[in-house]
Amino acid sequence: MNVVFVLWLREVKKYLRSRVQIVASLGGPLMYLGVLGFGLGPVFQRAGEGSYLQFMAPGVIGMAVLFTAMFSGIAMLWDRQFGFLKETLVAPVPRLAIMIGRTLGGATVAVLQGTLIFVVTLIAGFRPVSVLTVPLAFLLIALIAVVFAALATAIGSTIKEMQGFQMVMNFLVMPIFFLSAAIYPLEGLPRVLAALTRVDPLTYGVDGMRGLLTGRAHFGVAFDVAVLVAVGVLFVAAGAWRFSKIEA
Amino acid sequence: MGDRPIIRVQHIVKSFGTIMAVNDVSFDVRPGEIFAFLGPNGAGKTTTIKMLTTLSRPTSGSLELDGLDVTTHQTAVRKRFGVVFQDPSLDSELTAWENMDIHGVLYHVPRHARRERCEVLLRMFELWERRDDLVKTFSGGMKRRLEIARGLLHTPKVLFLDEPTLGLDPQSRNQMWTHVRNLRATEGVTVFLTTHYMDEADRVADRIAVIDHGRLVATGSSAELKQQTGTDSLEAAFLALTGTTIRDESATAADQMRQVARVWRR
Ligand SMILES: Nc1ncnc2c1ncn2[C@@H]1O[C@H](COP(=O)(O)OP(=O)(O)OP(=O)(O)O)[C@@H](O)[C@H]1O
Ligand SMILES: [Mg+2]
Repeated sequence: MNVVFVLWLREVKKYLRSRVQIVASLGGPLMYLGVLGFGLGPVFQRAGEGSYLQFMAPGVIGMAVLFTAMFSGIAMLWDRQFGFLKETLVAPVPRLAIMIGRTLGGATVAVLQGTLIFVVTLIAGFRPVSVLTVPLAFLLIALIAVVFAALATAIGSTIKEMQGFQMVMNFLVMPIFFLSAAIYPLEGLPRVLAALTRVDPLTYGVDGMRGLLTGRAHFGVAFDVAVLVAVGVLFVAAGAWRFSKIEA
Repeated sequence: MGDRPIIRVQHIVKSFGTIMAVNDVSFDVRPGEIFAFLGPNGAGKTTTIKMLTTLSRPTSGSLELDGLDVTTHQTAVRKRFGVVFQDPSLDSELTAWENMDIHGVLYHVPRHARRERCEVLLRMFELWERRDDLVKTFSGGMKRRLEIARGLLHTPKVLFLDEPTLGLDPQSRNQMWTHVRNLRATEGVTVFLTTHYMDEADRVADRIAVIDHGRLVATGSSAELKQQTGTDSLEAAFLALTGTTIRDESATAADQMRQVARVWRR
């Protein structure tokens, strides 16, 4: 238990110390919010869909959580390169405890980053329909964070080179974001795209948040949560399995 | 039971593709012994330590630590050893104190004892004043000292030290070996070390094994090795056993360069 806690704390401490990185990682979501939010706003409105900022704010929050959580996989490659991973791998503690500590740490950092973006969207003019559902939205943020932090652990345990992870970022993380309906509605999509959005876990995260914060969910919040929990369990198991196989 | 070897290595082989890093090596280490594992660069010392510390699996052969099979009883084995790696393994984004503290938690050192021993060790290696600085601001030798201090935080049955004194000043080296000998005397810790400083091995080791090209070429006390080779220093004995040619990666790299140069000259 203590082991899980110190490894969790390590991730959080390192995040809070990296002020530059925090500010830098606001860049991406801010750009989407600014350029797409204000650029596509008028078209969206004319199509009778209401305020685009209202619509895409949950998507941008989901994006921030996704990217930050996946980044914890890179942190693992750094730990491998700089040797700290070895220090934990030879310790007389179950690999599962190490994996859980790291993954929860990565997920917590992603939640913190998501919170920051949430605040930014509020400043930009995003208005949740009710204050009461905001805490529930954080449950969804946490679920998204765990799902992708666990995926990052699984990938970080498997890939050894930085270049490999760069590929993952391009060929996995970007598609996860673009196929998630974070920036467009799920209704009326071409059949192939519709199918792809449905195998993307982020779709359910964003849909759930959208349901809670704007009252507009495609699948329904309960269904979204159920899917995320199921995928979360699957990914944590996969991460634990991959992590247990690491050799240094 | 006291005479049962604490480490028993039998016919281990580790190959990386066509490279035989360790090739049919067998030896025993007795409890409470300081055992030096010597060999030229690339001989297979680190590879052997990685296998003994559960970080990699042998291609074939058997490894036992304290009577336990290293490959099948990993967690039980990990409870019994401590290790200072040849390569760095600190978290440079954390402070010296945090690195020590995490280690203490990973090795189940109770909180109170943890505080006390962290302080003693940090003072011993003259890092106490810098305990709240991030490790990335440390000099190479300071990092190495921290690495050693951390490795000594818990008292294992077997302590693996892979070139622990690399890059250390004479003061720190003395400090470290004195402490290691104390540990052996008071706690009966078995020490398995590698070093390229022959004087060091000569001074601290009870027994020495010499490995070259993945094969064990001699085992015995320093005196026995000298006698066996008809030399009067461990360094001379080492050179007699392993030859005087350089055989590390840089040698092969140089060979390749020469090859390339030859091709270009044509
Ligand atoms: N992961 C690896 N992949 C391929 N070859 C490896 C790997 N690790 C070690 N080797 C090879 O195994 C051989 C033994 O390496 P090892 O690190 O055990 O040497 P060493 O005795 O510790 O040398 P040094 O004194 O330089 O530390 C070398 O030829 C090295 O290139
Ligand atoms: Mg080595």
